[in-house]
Formats: sequence, C-alpha cells, structure tokens
Amino acid sequence: MTCYSVFVEVALRPGIADPQGATIERALPTLGFGAVHGVRVGKAFRFEVEAATDDDARSQATALASRLLSNPVMEDSSVSVEVVA
Amino acid sequence: MTLRVGVVVFPGSNCEHDVVEAVTALGGEAELIWHGDRSLGRSDAVVLPGGFAHGDYLRTGALARFSPIMETVGRFADDGGPVVGICNGFQILTEAGLLPGVLQKNYGLKFLCETVELRVSSAASVLTNQLEPGRVLRIPINHFEGSYLCDSRTLTELRNESRIVLRYTDNPNGSLDDIAGITNKAGNVVGLMPHPERAYTTLLGSDDGAALLRCLLTADRVPAASSSPR
Repeated sequence: MTCYSVFVEVALRPGIADPQGATIERALPTLGFGAVHGVRVGKAFRFEVEAATDDDARSQATALASRLLSNPVMEDSSVSVEVVA
Repeated sequence: MTLRVGVVVFPGSNCEHDVVEAVTALGGEAELIWHGDRSLGRSDAVVLPGGFAHGDYLRTGALARFSPIMETVGRFADDGGPVVGICNGFQILTEAGLLPGVLQKNYGLKFLCETVELRVSSAASVLTNQLEPGRVLRIPINHFEGSYLCDSRTLTELRNESRIVLRYTDNPNGSLDDIAGITNKAGNVVGLMPHPERAYTTLLGSDDGAALLRCLLTADRVPAASSSPR
C-alpha cells in the first residue's frame, strides 16, 4: 500500500448564485483591485489515503468528494492525487 | 388516542424543548430522542427540530444524516410515518435524501430572525391537511441558510404534484419560487424553514403555528406503497 496525498476542491456549480463571492467582489475596488472579477467562494480539503494504485486512490477520493464533501444539487468537486514523498 | 411525537436531539439542536412544549400544550405527547439511539420508541410521528446539528460543520445537515437514528427515521418515513423537519431539520431531511433540493445561504447574506407571512399552497401533507390553500399564516423564521434551491425538473415535479406546501408572501431569503416548505410524494415527510412551535399561542405574538401542528397531531400513517424517492 502506498500513501497518497489528496486535494479536493468543492465549488458552487456555474449559474448557482454565490452571495459571498459577490460581496467579496464588491469590496475589492476599495483596496485597489478593481480589475478582479468572477469571484467564487468554495471549500478545499486535504487528506491522505492508503491505496494500492493511483487509480484506487483517485476513485476512493472521488467517491468521498461526491458523496460527502459536496452536495451535487449545488456543488461540483475536483480531486487531485499524488504520492506522499 | 393521544398522538406521541418523538423529537430528535442532535448535538447542537436548540429548538427541541420548544417543540415538546408546543406539542404538549396542543394536547399531544412528546418525548426527546437522542440522535445516537436507533429506536424511535413508541413515537407516532417524528420531528427533527431546529438548531445547528453537529455544529452545521461541512454543510448544514450534512453530518446529521450519519447519526444512527437517521437510518430508523428513514425507514419510519418509508413506511408512511409522519416526519417533519423544522429549519435545521428541513436541511437535514434534504441532506438525508428524504426531501429533494438544498437550502442555500440567504440571498442577502443576513441571518434572518423575524415573523413572516406564509401562504398555504397545498393541503396534501401531514402538516397542512386541514388547512385551506390560500390561507395566510404569520410564523417566525430564524435562519442563515434558508434559500431553497433545486433543479428545474424537480421544481416542475414539486409544482405538478402539489408538493410545495408553504410559500412566503414576501420572499425574505431568495428562495426559489418563494418556497418555505415542501413535502415528499406521499405527503408524510415535510420540511419547512419557519418555526410553527414558536407561534403556538397568542402569547408568542401569533398562534398560527398551532394550525400546522394540529394537523400533525391528528396525522395518520400514509400507506407505504407510495413511499418517497431516496
């Protein structure tokens, strides 16, 4: 078994209203970041998983991301996996 | 016969005693049921009360659905037993798959604590079956994540099957189609953001919540044949 480090990003799906992102974006010009737009707020998770192969690690992480870490009604998740050095 | 309501207590629930008080005052019996138990005892109906179950960590209701009692609540609902989720309880029912959709952060990003007007949109549920559609009720809301959202197919289904039971007359939180409460296909599982238990007597400013709770207190089991989609 190999230890893999997993990074999961959970984001609101395109088209779903993001009042937090909109509020942050409205505050940016006062700091001089008037050129920034399209702010979206999400969540990120890091964890480690023991698995036999890359594919196994990825499929465990993907299942966890879609069944618990995100709610598919409003969120998408993306998973990246790498071997712990 | 007096109907007995089991009120589930999760770590972080904070409206369970209000529900017990309201149910008792309206002539029912109520008992608290710990979320770690697997039995609903002799309950004829179940209420998931408001609060912040499991701290609302990750997402509202996301962790509560793993509480041992929820498996039993799911079977009870499948068998046609009346289940009502109020506020955080509604959020738990959506995460548990007993009701469709999700409750998102309020559109204005404000925690809302006020009395609002609701219109009864359907009498086809255990919480509204004695109420005339169109009747207006004044009941408090108290939430940050109460903006109902679902995909357009689900919304069409909810509308066509008269499963939107309560609508806001003046939408306070950006909820899709002014939805304040919905039910499952069989009408025995209801989720709503407003708190009927905080409006069971005029001493509290309104007794309109009693009209909803009285429906629950005379509810029968719905035949299990048309159990809800999970």
